[in-house]
Formats: sequence, C-alpha cells, structure tokens
Amino acid sequence: MSDAALVLRQVRFEQRTFWRNPASAFFAFAFPVMFLLIFGSLNRGARIESMGNIPYNAYYVPALITFGVIGACMTNISMSVTIRRDSGVLKRLRGTPLPPWVFMAGLIGSSAVVSAILSGLLTAAGMLIYGIAAPRHPAMLLLVLVVGGMSFCALGLALSSLIPNAEAAPAVTNAVVLPLLFISGTFYPLDPSSVLSRIADWFPMRHFALALLAAFDPQGNQPGLPAAHLWVLLVWGLVGVTIAVRRFQWEPWRS
Amino acid sequence: MPAIAVEGLRKSYGGVEAVRGLSFEVAEGEVFGLLGPNGAGKTTVVEILEGYRRRDAGRVSVLGVDPAAGGRGLRARVGIMLQECAMPRALSVRELLELYAGYYPRPRPAGEVLELVGLTEKVGARIRTLSGGQQRRLDLALALIGDPELIFLDEPTTGFDPSARRDAWEIVRSIRTLGRTVLLTTHYMDEAQSLADRICVIAGGEVVAEGTPETLGGRQTAAARIRFVLPGGLDLAALPMPARADNGRVVVETATPTRTLHELTAWAVARELELPGLEVLRPSLEDVYLELTRTPA
Ligand SMILES: Nc1ncnc2c1ncn2[C@@H]1O[C@H](COP(=O)(O)OP(=O)(O)OP(=O)(O)O)[C@@H](O)[C@H]1O
Ligand SMILES: [Mg+2]
Repeated sequence: MSDAALVLRQVRFEQRTFWRNPASAFFAFAFPVMFLLIFGSLNRGARIESMGNIPYNAYYVPALITFGVIGACMTNISMSVTIRRDSGVLKRLRGTPLPPWVFMAGLIGSSAVVSAILSGLLTAAGMLIYGIAAPRHPAMLLLVLVVGGMSFCALGLALSSLIPNAEAAPAVTNAVVLPLLFISGTFYPLDPSSVLSRIADWFPMRHFALALLAAFDPQGNQPGLPAAHLWVLLVWGLVGVTIAVRRFQWEPWRS
Repeated sequence: MPAIAVEGLRKSYGGVEAVRGLSFEVAEGEVFGLLGPNGAGKTTVVEILEGYRRRDAGRVSVLGVDPAAGGRGLRARVGIMLQECAMPRALSVRELLELYAGYYPRPRPAGEVLELVGLTEKVGARIRTLSGGQQRRLDLALALIGDPELIFLDEPTTGFDPSARRDAWEIVRSIRTLGRTVLLTTHYMDEAQSLADRICVIAGGEVVAEGTPETLGGRQTAAARIRFVLPGGLDLAALPMPARADNGRVVVETATPTRTLHELTAWAVARELELPGLEVLRPSLEDVYLELTRTPA
C-alpha cells in the first residue's frame, strides 16, 4: 500500500475514533453548534458598537469557528494522544512499520475534516438563521483556516507531550485552552483596548479569531491579507512543532 | 545466521542494573523460552530486541539488524505482543485487524488470523466488549497479521483459561511449522516444557541456565527418585538399598535408576511381592526452575 493510501486509512480510522467517542464528538462538535443556536438567538438583532456597529452574529460566527477549530485540533489532539500514550496504544502502534509521520498526518487530516465540517456548518447556520453575510474573501478564509488549523494541531501535539498521564489530560488541556479562548473574545466580544485583550495578544487564539473575522469582513474594509495575525499563528505553530519534535513520546511516562 | 544474537547485553535504570551482561542466541525456526522470576529482566531484554529501549552496552542483532537502528524495514518483519495489552477500544475486531494489515507489505488475510486465534464469532464486536482473554487473543492476532518472520510474545497466555492456553500453544506450534522464529516469555513451566525448543532461565539480569526443557539444569542426569508403597509387614531395613519414608511411601534416590530399579524389582519378584504405586520420577522442570532461581536466604 502506498503511503498516501495509508494516510487516507489513518484519517478514516481517526474519524471513526472521533465520532464514536461521545466526549470528543460532543465537546468538539456539538458545543460550538449549540452555542451558536443559544447565544446567537439571544443576541439576535444586537450590534457591537466597539467594532463599527456590526451585527453581533457577524462577529460571533467567526468567533465560534475559532472555538470549533481549536477544539477539533488542539484540544482533541492533546487529549486523545495523551490518553492513547498513557494506555499503551501508541506503544503498540510503534511496534508496527507504520511511519510516525503517517500517524501524525492521520491525526491532522482527521482534525481538518472536523474543522471543515464545523466551519461550513457554522457559516451556513449563521447565514440561514441569523442572516449574516457570506464570507467576503473565501480564499483568504481557506488560507487562515489552513494556517490556523495546522498551528493548533502542532500545539495540540506539543501540549500532549507536556501532560504526564491520561487522568491529567482533560484538566490540563482545558486549563490551558479555555481561559485563552475566553480572553481572546471567543465567547463574548472583548474591548480590544482592555487588559485581557492585551494579554491575549501574545497568544495565537486571538489572532486566529481576528484573522477569521478579517476573512468574513462584515464591514467590507479589510485591505488585504491579515498578515500580522498569520505571522503570529505561524510562529506559534513553529513553537508547537519544535516542542512536539523534541518531546513526543510513544510510551507511558513511568514517573 | 541466528535470528537473534545477544552478547554482553547490559541495561540499568537509574542506578539499578536490570540486565548484567546477558548473552544468548536464538536459531532461525526455533521457539525460544525466556524464563525467570518477576523482575528478572525478561521484558527489558525483549523490549531492547523489539527496539523500544536502548541498551547501555553489548551487541544485539535481530534478523541481522541492530534493533536500535532497525526502522520500518525491520518492524515489517517482526510481530510483537507486549506484556501489556492496549488497543483502540472504539473499533471493532475486524476494523482493527484490517487497519493493522494495511501497515504491512504482505499481510495474512484477517479472516485466517482470526480463525487461528479463535475469534471468528467476535469479528464484528467492538473491542471494548471483549473479555480480557479475548482481547489478549486479538493482541496475538495483531502480532501475526503481518506474517512476520520473528514473533515476540511477552507472557502471551497470562489471563487465558486452560483451554485457551492449549489453543495458544497450538498457534505457536503452527507458527513454528511455518519455519518462523518465536521468542516467548512465560511463568508457566508446562508452557515452556511443551512449546520451547530451548529455554534460557535468567534471574537478577543474568543467565543462570540454558538448555532444552529435558536437559535444563542437568535435569536429565540429576538424581531420580523411585517411589512406591511398602507392602504390609515389611520394614524399610528389609529393602536391598537405602531408602526413606515420605508421606506413607518409600522413596529411593538414585543416580542410576535403571540399575536400582532392576535390583529393586528383582528383589520384589524373588519374594513374590507387588510394589503398589511404583514410579520413577525425574525432577520436573518446575523443580529445576525453582532450584535455579532460588534466592539465597
Ligand atoms: N522503565 C523502567 N524504569 C525503571 N526500572 C525499570 C523499568 N523497567 C523495568 N525496571 C526494573 O528492571 C527490572 C526488570 O524488569 P522487567 O520488567 O524486565 O522484569 P520481567 O522479568 O519482565 O518481570 P515480570 O515477570 O514481572 O514481567 C525490575 O527490577 C524493574 O523494576
Ligand atoms: Mg515482564
């Protein structure tokens, strides 16, 4: 079997594992959709003054895509890899001729599938239910999703390599990801000049959200690529790759 | 060329030496049993051979390759069943076997391997619904799916019921018939006795004995015991050779059982005596093993 076919099989295997696990399917997939239905309808008709008076949901849809993609990439990979490493599943896999890069590609490919479905679904629901405008720059949106998705997959692998065991996986992952999502305005728009936003500026979540908003461009005033945001995502992605390459382990930690 | 060659192997964890200068060879097509008490270093040795752990010193070759540098090519020729069983539990038996089959260049058909390990009826079942022993069998199936030349089995039958253990023995024998090499660790002496062509007993990270199940630890030449029930009205002193009473029976220890038995039966026949329960006993593999691995008090 060619390596490309092997990657496709790995993606299919990861997909099966993802959808059959209620925790991952629910938190990574159903949560963002539920949020859109609940908070989207609560804030229907509202506008955000600090952002040029755009409709609340024109902001909220890209924000929830941020939440969804980070859940499907970083959170999901961090938890599932840690749990599999700790239970010995990864060790067993390491005894087969499967090349490590194919395993990683399977993880990333599967996260990409979930991210794509979520992004499409949230966008369509936003347009159909709340009447937001279609993304103004689709190619830019795709680029932002690819760069952001890859970076958060790398960060998920990196984070798992810092978590000691399966018991700690959900707690540590959520303790890292959720507060950063919160201060990045993913659940609620935050004033860009606030202290929290200043802190969030150092982390990739906020830049991903802003780059997605730039691609949706509800006001039609986005001059070109949101290059600064993309650079921050790339740098964080490289940090993730570096940590993951140095620290990734196939066997349970002994201590 | 031997399938496995180990020479002067050493491995420490922190300051503790788990393997201290171990040497042995496994010939191609042989079933080799690695025996030893808990903590003897069996898993450490096996996992060094499998490429999971790094050695501190010594030379190791597996199918002619250094497992520390083996990579994909070597892994395709080796089947591994670890001491701890771990599989993605959300998949069905068939899905997992087919996934693993795809990893190898020339896999065996999944149905054939399932039949071999006796899991055919469970082919559609989710792994999380399998019993412990069934999961272990699936683990064995995964080790065989790539049609490997060399198979490592670290305590393969732990947790099997007696009939499943016999089935597993049949599987190992059938692998052997195909000319494959098997390295197996076990704590069951009957298993080693009936499967292994050669046995190596290690304790404290060192080889304490090596040989076939029949000759291990001088078993073949060790003193035999002749045992019987003393016919009524007779006294130990009446016997033609020194003997002792043991649990209502008479035991005669001898280095020359053929001769002693002849003398004994000649003596009995001459007196028209029957010796009830007459038997000649060799030390069992378990006796030898316990003797070899006894820690000095
Ligand atoms: N990763 C490790 N870190 C530290 N010590 C270890 C590690 N692995 C094994 N040891 C120690 O090395 C020694 C040999 O262990 P090993 O697992 O090889 O024994 P074993 O013969 O397989 O035992 P068992 O029959 O119980 O499976 C033991 O004292 C064990 O505590
Ligand atoms: Mg062991």
